[in-house]
Amino acid sequence: MTISMTTLEAETGGAPSVGVAPPAPRQGVWHHLLRSRGAVLALSYIALVALLAVAAPLVVKLSGWGPYDFDQAAIDPNLGGLPVGPLGGISAEHWFGVEPGTGRDLFARIVYGARTSMLIALAATTLTTLLGVLFGLLAGYHGGKVDQVVSRVMDFLMAFPALIFMIAILSALPASNRAPLLVLVISVFGWPYLARVVRGQTMTLTQREFVEAARASGASGWRIVFLEILPNLRSTIIVMTTLAVPGYIGTEAGLSFLGVGVVPPTPSWGQMIAQSMGWYAVDPMYFLIPGTFLFLLVLSFTVLGDRLKDVVDAGERR
Amino acid sequence: MVRFLVTRLAGMVGVLFLVVLFTYAIFFALSPDPAVQICGKNCTPELIDQIRTNLGLDRPFYEQFLGFLSGLFVGTTYGTGANAIDCAAPCLGYSFQTGQPVLEMFEQRFGVSATLAVGAAVLWLLMGVAGGMLAAIKKGTWFDRAATGAALGGVSIPNYVLALVLQYVLVVKLGWLPFPQAVPFGADPGQWFLNFVMPWLVLAFTYASMYQRLTRANVLDTLDENFVRTARAKGLAPRLVWRRHALRPALTPVVTLFGMDFAGLLGGAIIIETVFGLNGVGKMASDSITKNDQPVIMGVTLVAAFLVIVGNVIVDIVYTTIDPRVRIGARA
Repeated sequence: MTISMTTLEAETGGAPSVGVAPPAPRQGVWHHLLRSRGAVLALSYIALVALLAVAAPLVVKLSGWGPYDFDQAAIDPNLGGLPVGPLGGISAEHWFGVEPGTGRDLFARIVYGARTSMLIALAATTLTTLLGVLFGLLAGYHGGKVDQVVSRVMDFLMAFPALIFMIAILSALPASNRAPLLVLVISVFGWPYLARVVRGQTMTLTQREFVEAARASGASGWRIVFLEILPNLRSTIIVMTTLAVPGYIGTEAGLSFLGVGVVPPTPSWGQMIAQSMGWYAVDPMYFLIPGTFLFLLVLSFTVLGDRLKDVVDAGERR
Repeated sequence: MVRFLVTRLAGMVGVLFLVVLFTYAIFFALSPDPAVQICGKNCTPELIDQIRTNLGLDRPFYEQFLGFLSGLFVGTTYGTGANAIDCAAPCLGYSFQTGQPVLEMFEQRFGVSATLAVGAAVLWLLMGVAGGMLAAIKKGTWFDRAATGAALGGVSIPNYVLALVLQYVLVVKLGWLPFPQAVPFGADPGQWFLNFVMPWLVLAFTYASMYQRLTRANVLDTLDENFVRTARAKGLAPRLVWRRHALRPALTPVVTLFGMDFAGLLGGAIIIETVFGLNGVGKMASDSITKNDQPVIMGVTLVAAFLVIVGNVIVDIVYTTIDPRVRIGARA
């Protein structure tokens, strides 16, 4: 039931930066971040996956097998299609072994699956952040009726059993191009978590002297919101967004795992794990490889988010 | 207090109505024509039209929606004449694929989901909340580092991956647990219990990790608060500082989260039930998705939303007894 939303809820419970402080200087954040071994490892892994995703066609040329090529020689028809050789058929030919039953190269599918994961997570993050910041600012700055409406919509969306509803919607929609739909559905249920925090901080900031000064000197509402208030929310937005990314990756994988996400033959890590369920007893590598990649990606974003939060919080205390 | 309750309950009814409307509208717009599904083989356009008229599928949206709403309160009848199907209140819809009212299907599976939820909840509260408090008390020690590291891993590993790993290690490699099979409690209580061990562990580990992180962070924040410093300064025994001042405010967010999570699980743990083949509400939902049995999917969505919303209201009420600040706010 709880792929993303509750995780996110849990993180916001710890409330990144309750008070509002001037944004930490950017170099400072980087400097502190790079001093933490965990953050460096996390960043390296994320960079590696991103690189694989971007350069997927080239990487696959290097490894020799495409994600849709069937290698009949790599599976044993007498054993029901089990990969030939130990550890799921890992060899110089197939670096991560092959898919049992079809003989498709696992390395190529992991590389192309990284594309799916990263693309959907990135798009969902962008859309959620846009919606969250926009509605949060709107509700926090205007207050009154606008705030009432936005807040009720947020309550409604957060009370909703998001996962089951996402599954229901996606199952009812045509399966032709699921990626944009996934992004849309994830974002619709995801933005209130950011908007709630942005709203709260905007309400505090609106009372501050510099906003009053801007208003007194005749600045328009738009100007105040985007040039005076928004820059002060930067660290909050960065931290909350980073902490939300693992939720989106997990949700995409979970939905693909349940068969309502990315449509085969396009590979996705969650979908690979779902297919491996029928083989887990005889070919454990088939679920261990995509499972490990997924776990490490979620872990990396979580660690990065945690460290960012620590750095930003520490910056505020200084 | 009475006013607080009334406002809260009115809000709940409003949100529930919106959930029903929203869900119904989406399914109305998206679902494939149920008449075609019911008609099955040897179908003619005339037959489809007839089924449509019988079931009222040709009527406009608001009429069908009102029909569904009234079905929730007073029941409804599908079709007319000899083939009429009665669906008593509260009628959540009728699955023409299984030939059962959705509520009846739900009731048959609810026991499994409830067993799963209760067992997992006991485990995760014990591990998560106690672990989080201990880690906060012993901040910086090896225990804190181990517990926090485990929790970080726990929130990062997707539960279906953990489920597969556990199943491979415990069942295939070590043979400590039998292969999961659907057994009713009466037939073989031992096997029944063993079936639930892995699902409980997997669910509990995932949730316990979130609760550990939340509890630890909240307790550490609370210990920095002025009222805790005051309590210490006036010489209150450390144990009493904890019990009277630090724990309550630190645990209120945990209570909120628990209400939502537990209620959500009662509405079916889709992934875990699917992976372990437990015949609960979640499995029913995922099976219905495969079979495209829309009334069941909608029914489960509605019940799940109902449970979460009721859970939230209960949490709000419990809040007033835990946190004096909320009590005062409610009175005002």
